Amino acid sequence: VNNNMALLWRSLPRTLACTSLRSLNSRLLHKGAGASLCHHQVARKFEVARGLNPSPLTILSKDEEMMKETVAKFAREKIFPLVRKMDAESNMDESVYRGMFDNGFMAIEVETEYGGCGSTFFVANLVIEELAKVDASVSVTCDIQNTLINTLFRNLGTDEQKDKYLPKLAAEYTGSFCLSEAEAGSDAFSMKTTAVKDGSHFVINGSKMWISSAPHSGVFLVMANANPSAGYKGITCFIVDAGTPGLSIGKKEDKLGLRASNTCSVHFDNVRVPEENILGQLGQGYKYAIEMLNEGRIGIGAQMVGLAQGCLDSTVPYILQRKQFGKRLFDFQAMQHTVAYLATEIEAARLLVYNSARLKEAGHPFIKQAAMAKLYSSEVATRVTSKCIELMGGVGFTKDYPVEKFYRDCKIGTIYEGTSHIQLNTIAKLLEKDYIS
Amino acid sequence: MSLKVLVGCKRVIDYAVKIRVRPDKLGVVTDGIKHSMNPFDEIAIEEAVRLKEKNIVKEVIAVSCGPTQAQETIRTALAMGADRGIHVEVPAKEMEKLEPLHVSKILAKLAEKEQAELVIVGKQAIDDDTNATAQMTAGILNWPQATFASKIEKKDDFLEVIREIDGGLETIKVKLPAVVSADLRLNEPRYATLPNIMKAKKKKIEKMKPADLGVDTTPHFEVIEVTDPPAREAGIKVEDVDTLLLKLKEVGRI
Repeated sequence: VNNNMALLWRSLPRTLACTSLRSLNSRLLHKGAGASLCHHQVARKFEVARGLNPSPLTILSKDEEMMKETVAKFAREKIFPLVRKMDAESNMDESVYRGMFDNGFMAIEVETEYGGCGSTFFVANLVIEELAKVDASVSVTCDIQNTLINTLFRNLGTDEQKDKYLPKLAAEYTGSFCLSEAEAGSDAFSMKTTAVKDGSHFVINGSKMWISSAPHSGVFLVMANANPSAGYKGITCFIVDAGTPGLSIGKKEDKLGLRASNTCSVHFDNVRVPEENILGQLGQGYKYAIEMLNEGRIGIGAQMVGLAQGCLDSTVPYILQRKQFGKRLFDFQAMQHTVAYLATEIEAARLLVYNSARLKEAGHPFIKQAAMAKLYSSEVATRVTSKCIELMGGVGFTKDYPVEKFYRDCKIGTIYEGTSHIQLNTIAKLLEKDYIS
Repeated sequence: MSLKVLVGCKRVIDYAVKIRVRPDKLGVVTDGIKHSMNPFDEIAIEEAVRLKEKNIVKEVIAVSCGPTQAQETIRTALAMGADRGIHVEVPAKEMEKLEPLHVSKILAKLAEKEQAELVIVGKQAIDDDTNATAQMTAGILNWPQATFASKIEKKDDFLEVIREIDGGLETIKVKLPAVVSADLRLNEPRYATLPNIMKAKKKKIEKMKPADLGVDTTPHFEVIEVTDPPAREAGIKVEDVDTLLLKLKEVGRI
């Protein structure tokens, strides 16, 4: 009891602490409450006093539960049976692709007047997490649409641009975000794609690499430098419609994982776009890219948490039923300890993701936490999937069981949308500010 | 078309959950267990919504009896396309003892109150499997009934219903107003899309108690014991048909 009192004392405004603590203290002592009860009562009283209403991170509202359930049901019934086929064919089945649009997964935060759900950022992350439990490729397609493409249009688009593109992005096609190039990955701002002004148009030339969903996207958000002499301050975001002359999609990459998500290079050969197609302002593209990726990495965090959970969920039932030496595999303490540790890591990663999503929604600074969430969850995913294959034994090494796909899919997590090292840089920079200011 | 349809939807333990008998052997464990709408009621809701889309029905009212959580079931119905909901509040402890007769009386009263001309429910709930509510509701209202429906078509002032019976399929005509119970192959329920879930938040759910409808929920029977079925034992192989017949006689099967 005394320890709790000391902690609360330090964290409260003096006047409140003095009177309340003393009266509470005496009440509790006289009531002879046990240590845990005392802590609850004291905590509750001061929560109310501070005007906060904290709730456990993993407890969702009724709405959030309902959305999550719906996605889980769709994923289980409509996506799960096709996962292996989509991975083998390196293509997303049309029914899954359509299903995501028809069920509203592709425009979660978009306002209802544009055909979206009008829901929240947190719900978008829940959807991404639930989809990843079944197929990480489907999840990433949903993540890019919601956290990158839709967000860019919603935050930066003019009314005309929003009217034109948001309804289509909600119901018809994916959008592709074109930032990286063959020679510009982590060093994104060294990009060579240029946009030269020509009257009331810009002419884009260059090649982008690692562009997800390119073959079926209806619109491309292209980062090109409109003023190379200004360095990165010339980078501008252009809206380029699919089918614009000069825009061509390269061959699909033959990837280790996320195979159902098409990744291609995209080439711009004298692609003319009117200046109305600038999203936001000239020369501000670098800022938009950074801001969007700060949010996008929470989505990736959600994807990695879902992936890791899905992998563990595929493994534990197996080791609960397989027997060796007359016992279930799970009856061996070493197996129990391994599983317990993996579950703990997933829980910790999930909390980082959920908290950074809640911080962002509530308008609090969240960049450091978002970077931590993406960093940690992608690394947890690699550890969990790797260990799960071992737990499954020989069968884990075959395609007949789902774990090897989770193992392959997770690897990109520590690489895309900012490598782990970039995340560490971001966290360190923000930490430095915490200690200096 | 001014037809109003009342659809009953029950909140039951999810079909995928492994049921466990409570230690007191008077029921099954429900605390913290995943619940969802009775699958046959989902089919009932889907049929009602389809009738509305075909302009055969004007309004779909979803009804559920149960504790506060029953509202989640009603919300799912609203997200699937029902227009409004009625939550008949029955506390969790009472819900365990609520019988088809009580529910039938409630549905009958509501059908009269709402001037509904069609009541659709699932053929049975997957928890008690009583398969009695539709039949009793029709009896109380003195309406015709079409149970185990696998196809419903409206023709003039009656419904032509194909029923799944042991011998195959039976086609009957029922005059409206009528009670229908939905069987498995009636339709495939739609998914509640995320936008529809959000829209459903604006739809009204009216709350009331059984007493408000003049229904007494005193149980008529008492559960004495709930036990697991006997554990499945391994079979045995016999050498010839004579031994087979002997064995079967021994265990009283023939």
